[in-house]
Amino acid sequence: MTNSSQEKKDTRSGFGAGLYEIGLQNSDVVALCADLTGSLKMNAFQDKFPKRFFQMGIAEANMMGMAAGLATAGKIPFTGTFANFSTGRVYDQIRQSIAYSHKNVKICASHAGLTLGEDGATHQILEDIGLMKMLPGMVVINPCDYNQTKAATMAIADHYGPVYLRFGRPKWPIFTNSDSFEIGKALHMRKGKDVTIFATGHLVWNSLEAAKTLEEQGISAEVINIHTIKPLDNEAILDAVGTTKCVVTAEEHQMNGGLGDSICQLLSRNIPTPVEMVAVNDSFGESGKPSELLDKYGLGVKDVIAAAKRAIARK
Amino acid sequence: MNKSTTELNEQVKQTRRDIVRMVHEVQSGHPGGSLGCTEFFTVLFQNILRHNSDNFNMSAKDEDVFVLSNGHISPVYYSALAHSGYFPVSELKTFRKLNTRLQGHPTTHEGLPGVRIASGSLGQGLSVAAGITQAKKLDNEDKLVYVLMGDGELQEGQIWEAVMYAAHNKLDNLIATVDVNGRQIDGDTKDIMGFTELKSKFEAFDWNVISMNGNDIEDVQDTLSKAGLLSGNGKPICILMQTEMGNGVDFMMGSHKWHGIPPNDEQLASALEQNPSTIGDY
Repeated sequence: MTNSSQEKKDTRSGFGAGLYEIGLQNSDVVALCADLTGSLKMNAFQDKFPKRFFQMGIAEANMMGMAAGLATAGKIPFTGTFANFSTGRVYDQIRQSIAYSHKNVKICASHAGLTLGEDGATHQILEDIGLMKMLPGMVVINPCDYNQTKAATMAIADHYGPVYLRFGRPKWPIFTNSDSFEIGKALHMRKGKDVTIFATGHLVWNSLEAAKTLEEQGISAEVINIHTIKPLDNEAILDAVGTTKCVVTAEEHQMNGGLGDSICQLLSRNIPTPVEMVAVNDSFGESGKPSELLDKYGLGVKDVIAAAKRAIARK
Repeated sequence: MNKSTTELNEQVKQTRRDIVRMVHEVQSGHPGGSLGCTEFFTVLFQNILRHNSDNFNMSAKDEDVFVLSNGHISPVYYSALAHSGYFPVSELKTFRKLNTRLQGHPTTHEGLPGVRIASGSLGQGLSVAAGITQAKKLDNEDKLVYVLMGDGELQEGQIWEAVMYAAHNKLDNLIATVDVNGRQIDGDTKDIMGFTELKSKFEAFDWNVISMNGNDIEDVQDTLSKAGLLSGNGKPICILMQTEMGNGVDFMMGSHKWHGIPPNDEQLASALEQNPSTIGDY
């Protein structure tokens, strides 16, 4: 799974590439963007399919309603804007016109989490996974690198129903292959027997780095990539925990409502297990470089390492 | 085959009966706006829409589409859908009851034929209609998309996002009707958040604006026909429809108070007496 070279690319570019590819394959795919075409890397789609691209202006509520209408008429709309404006700003539009109405809309959200960096907390949404996973029928996906984001973008076009696809701004190591993407199927990234790290999005990479260091210290850490937070791969999670018997969750999101929260619910109902959560603890972000922010808010490699040790100690 | 004015008037009376009976039965719902829009729904569903009510198709390929944005007037919507063949008229008796397809506010969730989008939280229908319209343009269809909004609903900002979009993108197969009854829950619209002049507002956004008396069946027929003829001219079409909330039931008229309260037994009897059965009760 892990490539030898560590080429870096932003996950939003994976979205742009995937959107273009699926646009070539499926003429029902249309795209809407609220004045962030460059940021979302939707230019290739716009240039190739100008009639299937809708510039919405700075009007996200209308974009979500339009997408619901396009989906009603049989199109497969992909909306594009920042994660904050894709969720919190338009929650009621998504809830009524898309989720409750079960429309085949793909809500594609860039610049999620702290790693958008210098723009600061107004744009760094850390609540979006929670908001979206609470909606009945909504699929929630947070891929980890360029390749996985591209594959996920293409895969969601073939899934009928509303999907929230979350990705980010910074250049990030590419470490998965791009052959396929199966919604709801956890990916084993690294084997281990002492602790299982369930990670999503950019934090999968940090977890793999942490596992390397832990190995040097004699600790065998399993890393599982939970790219789909909903529906959660219950079977893979329970299987893994049956062996390692302690858990770390890692995500670029609030503890409340995120991946860790979903995994804790699953474990508490099935196999009560010590869980340490690497996530933002009830706080807004701030301006700074992505790496500085991850360190300050406890999402760095060292934080995953420390969490693994705490989890093992609680077994 | 189009219904005559006499037949339409008979249907109007029957739909008024449906509305007050539905709302009375469950002692909840919104009779005022429903009654005000009865003529509009009757003409639209009986004579204007080119639709296939026997074989409901969500995508409405090559059909006209109607979107209800102010979903709280579901009683008149359900009556119009049932009487134009989307589902059995007898199902109206399940309105707002447990396990019904006729939810308090319209939804696709229970699979009711004729409904293509949930509404109730206001301000969203024009965007949805614009999306359907855009899809029809993309598919080179010449069919029309109708949407109804309340005048109070225009206080929602999303409406104006969609108004801008529709004009900028020349959605000239979109016909948006505003129910100008001048009332909303807390009082008269002019007192709550007045609009001054709606015609000039829509015209300033580059819409084609026409008006009608929504409680005059012949005016509704003529104006909806005219709106269809105005389509294809590069501008979306707005119909400002003057109505009286509660129209056809004397004690419900002239006030905002019947926006969302049901009649009691005596009031129901009076409302039914004012609107004798024509084609038969459900």
